[in-house]
Amino acid sequence: MIRSYDDLQNRRATLQTQKPKRLEVIVCAGTSCLSSDSDIILDMLQKDVLDRGLDIEVEVVKSGCFLFCGQGPMLKVMPDDVIYVQLTLKDVNRIIEEHIIKGNIVTDLLYERDDKKRAKNESDTPYYKKQRRIALRNLGIINPDSLDDYLEYNGYEAMARAITKMTPEDVIEVVKTSGLRGRGGGGFPTGLKWKFTRATKSDEKYVICNADEGDPGAFMDRSIMEGDPHSIIEAMIINGYAVGANNGLIYIRAEYEIAAKPLFKALIDAREAGLLGKEILGTDFSFDIEVKLGAGAFVCGEETALIHSMEGKRGEPTTKPPFPSEVGFRGKPSNVNNVETYANIPPILVHGADWFNKIGTKNSKGTKVFALAGNIENIGLVEVPMGTTFREIIYDIGGGIPNGKKFKAVQIGGPSGGVVTEKDLDMEIDYDSLQQAGSMMGSGGMIVMDEDTDIVEIAKFYLDFTQDESCGKCTPCRIGTKRLYEILEKLTNMEGTPHDLELLETLSENVKNASLCGLGQSAPNPVLSTLKHFRDEYEDYAYRRKRTAYVVDGQKCIGCTKCARVCPVDCIAGKPREVHVITESDCIACGACYDACPVDAIIKP
Amino acid sequence: MKKAVLDMSQFDQNKLNELDAFIEQYEGENKKESLIPVLYQAQKIFGYLPHNLQRHIALKLALPSAHVNGVVTFYSYFSEKPVGKNTLSVCMGTACFVKGADKLLDKALGITQSKRNEITEDGQFTIKDVRCIGACGLAPVVTVNDKVYGKVSEKEIDDIIAKHQEETHD
Repeated sequence: MIRSYDDLQNRRATLQTQKPKRLEVIVCAGTSCLSSDSDIILDMLQKDVLDRGLDIEVEVVKSGCFLFCGQGPMLKVMPDDVIYVQLTLKDVNRIIEEHIIKGNIVTDLLYERDDKKRAKNESDTPYYKKQRRIALRNLGIINPDSLDDYLEYNGYEAMARAITKMTPEDVIEVVKTSGLRGRGGGGFPTGLKWKFTRATKSDEKYVICNADEGDPGAFMDRSIMEGDPHSIIEAMIINGYAVGANNGLIYIRAEYEIAAKPLFKALIDAREAGLLGKEILGTDFSFDIEVKLGAGAFVCGEETALIHSMEGKRGEPTTKPPFPSEVGFRGKPSNVNNVETYANIPPILVHGADWFNKIGTKNSKGTKVFALAGNIENIGLVEVPMGTTFREIIYDIGGGIPNGKKFKAVQIGGPSGGVVTEKDLDMEIDYDSLQQAGSMMGSGGMIVMDEDTDIVEIAKFYLDFTQDESCGKCTPCRIGTKRLYEILEKLTNMEGTPHDLELLETLSENVKNASLCGLGQSAPNPVLSTLKHFRDEYEDYAYRRKRTAYVVDGQKCIGCTKCARVCPVDCIAGKPREVHVITESDCIACGACYDACPVDAIIKP
Repeated sequence: MKKAVLDMSQFDQNKLNELDAFIEQYEGENKKESLIPVLYQAQKIFGYLPHNLQRHIALKLALPSAHVNGVVTFYSYFSEKPVGKNTLSVCMGTACFVKGADKLLDKALGITQSKRNEITEDGQFTIKDVRCIGACGLAPVVTVNDKVYGKVSEKEIDDIIAKHQEETHD
């Protein structure tokens, strides 16, 4: 039991002076690595080390996400600071024999850089170089199941200082001057939100963590819950103290029930250690946290919808004001913040508002985590200071577009955001610059698209998503998104007219202006921004001049017959070693021939 | 006024007891709030949420059954129809269709003696058609749960169904 601030400091001092074992092998247990058998690798390593009697000097543990998801499964050997990537089960034995026993680095399991050189650790790897980790500071370093690990790395220090040495007003002032803004998408100043909730008088208040990460393609919140769960708990306690709440709630989407397991364990451990519950650290402040599960609805990421869902109702939003800081859960003042926002709180209190304030741009402070995916070489999580450019993220960190293709656009902000094109690649990313460019920060999903991407199909994909997820409460969103989707479908079916483009524009504006909540207000963004940047592609459909069939480039075709063999409708004719021909009227544009061609002789429509 | 009695004879009494015991832990002022966790548990026990079960839950939580049904139909996690242990989906994209996906679907429904989107009698399968899954080079495509089968012939559909039937019986 930790009963006072002194207790906490003594416990940390003991942990920090413990002599570590000769080697520590840390295996990434992020979702992506787990799905490629990192759990089996962990088991094999642990068993092998035990069988060989190496367990006295070697510790094998798991950790949260290493961020470089495209290279999984990965593991790290400390203190040698060596990272092995893309492991298979048969590599386990080699790492034990060569590295753990003999002390030699297994070179061919190191990450191979673009320049063909092998990178030994993070500082050798361009992917990590420009990153600056605040929210993700403990990922890949601590074992998420171990409270001691978290304590050793300054865990609960911020909470202890706040509740024993600061007034609630002091805490709010630090958060306010740090310049932290909500990381869930809206970008509302966090300190201000806390101040409003504190100002509302009530016998009961609530602090709510929004872990309903609904943007397809974003997974930073999940990674934090999986890899550093105590940081969320610590921040919520601080939030509770600051606004005067004794109850916290974490709303987790149904799909994350398993990913959130470390969080459930962390809650139990924190309670047992006396860091959560009654009279924390001997003060008169009590705080506890309960988890609520969602049941699969995108709109529940909106704070009023989320609150209704927690009350056991349909997750439908209501108009604001009143804001949750006045009337929230059970009608009481409630402070809703997202997971990544919370993960920033402990470092801000430990290092001070000025430290955080120096990072980032004029109106957007600190860092932002992006989930990099799509047509990009390096897939994974990226945490960079606000103000980093798209070019730096896509090329320096992301390694550029694979297969020598050209960059076309990047969709940021998921179904609520828009595209950013070549001309804006050098734009410094922050809340305001994205807004001006017709997109939004959203939760930080970043989907990179290459030259082959059909931009109208992309817009259609997002509208298919939003019209499906629209809760149906307000008409502009319920019917508007459906009609937008239908117009897009009409266009891609080559049944549209130029008038449809005007319709798309006016309808989009109306849906934006008239919808009740953020879902509807931002749903037309993918249409408007693609229409703005790629109007010619929409016109190709509207004027029905878009070619729908694939064709063979006679100059390149070597007559290998591969395309003809895979064609599902048998519309490719040609003899071996002669140029093949596609009957355009029969082609269904499935792309099978394009994928099969070994010499890139098939031209996409 | 005559009080309506709900006929619950279609349900296993042990399962109902299990659900009622779960609901009891929420007695008190926040009982109504527990609807979503209760529905979770009910779906876990019964596999799906038929109307009579929804009415039963409504009575227990003192909620209008329209409210319960509103919540059930709002969230995609809840199902009002039974779902098989395996979901077999036949891709009905153009490429698959011209390669005879419709015949595969008929065949699969024939073997399992079931209807589209409805559970088989033994509870093993739900068979449905899906929109293009983007694997046209492999047409026709069938997926069972997360596993993808490409270039499936009518004969192979027998083997696929048999394989998954065995796996779940183990």
